[in-house]
Amino acid sequence: MSVPVQARAGRFNAVHVLVFAGALIALGALPFAVYPVFLMKAMCFAIFACAFNLLLGFSGLLSFGHAAFFGSASYLSAYALSAWGLSAELSILFATVSSAALGAVFGAIAIRRQGIYFAMITLALSQMIYFAALQADFTGGEDGIQGVTRNPVFGLIDITDNLSSYYFVAVIFVFAMFAVYRVVHSPFGQVLRAIRESESRAKSLGYHTDQYKLVVFVISAALSGLAGGTKALVVQVASLTDVTWQMSGEVVLMTLLGGMGTVFGPAVGAVLIVTLQNFLNSFGSLVTILIGAIFVVCVMLFRRGILGELQARFGRK
Amino acid sequence: MLKNLSLAATLVAIGSMPAAAEKLSDNAVRIGVMTDMAAVYADLSGQGSVVAAEMAIEDFGGTVLGAPIELVSADHQNKADIAAAKAREWIDTDGVDMLTDLVTSSVALAVQEVGKEKNRVIMVVGAATSRLTGENCTSTGFHWAYDTYALANGTGTAVVKNGGDSWFFLTADYAFGHSLESDVSKIVEKNGGTVVGAVRHPFPTTDFASFLLQAQASGAKIIGLANAGSDTINAIKQASEFGIVEGGQNLAGLLMFITDVHALGLDAAKGLFMTTGWYWDLNDDTRAWAARFEEKVGRKPTMVQVGVYSAVLSYLKAVEAAGTDEATAVSEALKSMEINDVFTTGGKVYANGRMAHDMYLVQVKKPEDSSGAWDYLDVVRTIPAAEAFQNPAETGCPITN
Repeated sequence: MSVPVQARAGRFNAVHVLVFAGALIALGALPFAVYPVFLMKAMCFAIFACAFNLLLGFSGLLSFGHAAFFGSASYLSAYALSAWGLSAELSILFATVSSAALGAVFGAIAIRRQGIYFAMITLALSQMIYFAALQADFTGGEDGIQGVTRNPVFGLIDITDNLSSYYFVAVIFVFAMFAVYRVVHSPFGQVLRAIRESESRAKSLGYHTDQYKLVVFVISAALSGLAGGTKALVVQVASLTDVTWQMSGEVVLMTLLGGMGTVFGPAVGAVLIVTLQNFLNSFGSLVTILIGAIFVVCVMLFRRGILGELQARFGRK
Repeated sequence: MLKNLSLAATLVAIGSMPAAAEKLSDNAVRIGVMTDMAAVYADLSGQGSVVAAEMAIEDFGGTVLGAPIELVSADHQNKADIAAAKAREWIDTDGVDMLTDLVTSSVALAVQEVGKEKNRVIMVVGAATSRLTGENCTSTGFHWAYDTYALANGTGTAVVKNGGDSWFFLTADYAFGHSLESDVSKIVEKNGGTVVGAVRHPFPTTDFASFLLQAQASGAKIIGLANAGSDTINAIKQASEFGIVEGGQNLAGLLMFITDVHALGLDAAKGLFMTTGWYWDLNDDTRAWAARFEEKVGRKPTMVQVGVYSAVLSYLKAVEAAGTDEATAVSEALKSMEINDVFTTGGKVYANGRMAHDMYLVQVKKPEDSSGAWDYLDVVRTIPAAEAFQNPAETGCPITN
C-alpha cells in the first residue's frame, strides 16, 4: 500500500493549501444548498472516520471498539449540556478530554497485543462501555438522553438555529481535519507509518513503538470523542446507537470505502454512508442491502477506497 | 335591505373560503409515517403502518379543507439520531405537519422533542414508554394505541383477578425491564397477589434455561416476562420446551403483539396472557377492516397498524374542526374530540396527550381451539379506558388542564 504523502514537517504543501482553501469556501456555501442538520451530522461522522483512520490507515491498528469513545463522549456532552447547563464548547471539550482519558486506559491495555487480539481487546472493552451505558442512571437506559439543548457558545453566541450551529460545527470540523493533517504530516506520523510497515524494523531503529502507538491511540480516541460530543449537540439526542458494536463496524466501513491510509478519504466514506442512510430511508428495507452491495462493489473494484483510487490514478505520487 | 344583507353574508362566506385554505401551511396537509421498515419491528408496524395511513386518508376523502393530503414515509432504523434528523428535515424543508407511528421509545421521545421545538403534532403509536405522556409530555404530543402503564396494569390486575395471585418475574436487566417489573409488582400487590421472586437476565439473552429453572422452582402460578422482543420470544419458546404450561404455571407477556404469537406458533404460546389495545376479531367492523387490510398487506393488522389508521383519521378530523393545520389549535381540537372509529369507540384524549380507550386482556388459544391462521386470541376481559390508563394527574406530566 503506497501512501501518497510527502511530509515536509513544519511546512505546507502548496497543493494542500489550495485544496484546503477550496474546501473552506465550499463549507461556507454548502448550507445554503443542502439541509444543514444533515451536513452537520455528516461532518461529525467525517471527524470520527478520520480519527479512526489515524489508527487503521496510518498505524495499522484495527480497533473494533471505537464506538466506546464516540458514544461515551456523546452521552457526556449531552449530560453536560442538559443537566449541568455547560456552554456548548465546554461540553464538547469535556467530552473530548474524557474520551482521551478513556483512550489512554484502553490503549494501555490493548497495544500490548497485535492484530486480531488487539481488535478483540478493543471490542471487549467497548462492550463494557455499552453495558455501562445501558445500566447507568444518567444515560436513561435504552431511552437515551433526550431533548439536549444547544447551549450558547462561550455563553454568548446563540446556536439554536440550524445555520449558526452549522458554522460552529464547521469550525470544529476544520480544526479536527487540520489536526489529523498535522499528525499525519509530521515526524510523528512518519514513525507511525514505519510501525505500520514493520514494527520490528521501527523498533530496531530505536523507536519505542509502544509509546507511539499509545499516543496515536489517545489522539484517535480524543478526536472520536470530539466527533461524538459534537453529534450530541447536533441531533440533540444521545442514545445507545452510538455505543453499539455496529457503530464500531460502521466506522470501519466508512474508512475502507473512502480510502484507508489517505488523509481525508474516510471523510468521503463517512459522507457517502450518511448520505445513503439519509436519502434511501424512504425506500424501506433497501438501506442496509444497498450499503452492503456498495461495500462489496468497492472492495472488488477499488480496493484503495474512493479517494485512494482517485489519488492512485490521477497523479500525486 | 334584507336581500342586501343576505347577499353580503354570502359574499363574506365566499370570501372566507379561500381564507380557510390559507390557514393551511403550503396549502396542503402533509403526514409523515416514520417507522422500522426492515428490523425487529417491521412486522408489527413497518409497511403495514404506511398502508394503514393511506387507508385513513382514503377514508377521509383525500382532501381536507379543500387542500390535498400528502403522505411521506421513512425508515428510522430504530435509531434516535436518524429519526430526529429526519424529522427536522421533514419539518424544515418538506413542510410535514404531523408525524406518526415512531416505533421505538428512544425514537419517539426524540421526535416528540423535535415536535415541541418546532410546534408540530406528533402522534406516537408504536412506542411503549409511558414517559411520552408522563415526565416528557408535550402540548402537541399524543400517544395512541397503548403504553407500558396500560400493559403492566392490564395484565397485572386482570391476571390476579383471574386467580393468578402469585408471581415470579423474568426481568431484562436494564431500565426498561426494571421499571416494568416494579410497575407490575405494585399492581399485583395492590390487588392482593404476592410476588415470590424475580431473576434478572442480561439483555439480550438467548439461553433462558437457568432462569426458567428458577422460575419453575419458585412454584409461582404466573411467570411475568418483564422483557421485550427477541428476549420474550426466546423465553416463551424455551418455557414451552421445559413444559412450564403443562406443569400448571402460566406465562404473562408484558409487551407482546399478535405478530409475536404468529411467529411463535400456538404450540409454544398457548395459555399465555397478554394485554392488547385491539384485536381484529372483536366485532363486524374490526373484521371488515382487517379483511381490507389483509388484502393489501397479506396479514392481519396489529394494534399498532390500526392505531396509525385511527391516529391519522383523528388528526384529519381535528384539522377540519380547527380549520387550520397549526399544531396548537389541532391539538386542542383533538383533546376536545371523542374518538370513534374501527380502533375504539368513545375514546378520550387526556390533557397529557394520552388517548384513553378500552384495552383487552387476552389469552392465547390452544392449537385445537383455533380455526386457522390469525385465530389466536380469546378476549378474557375488557378493561375499561378509565381503569386501563393512568390518571393524568398521577403521570408527572405538568400539562393537566
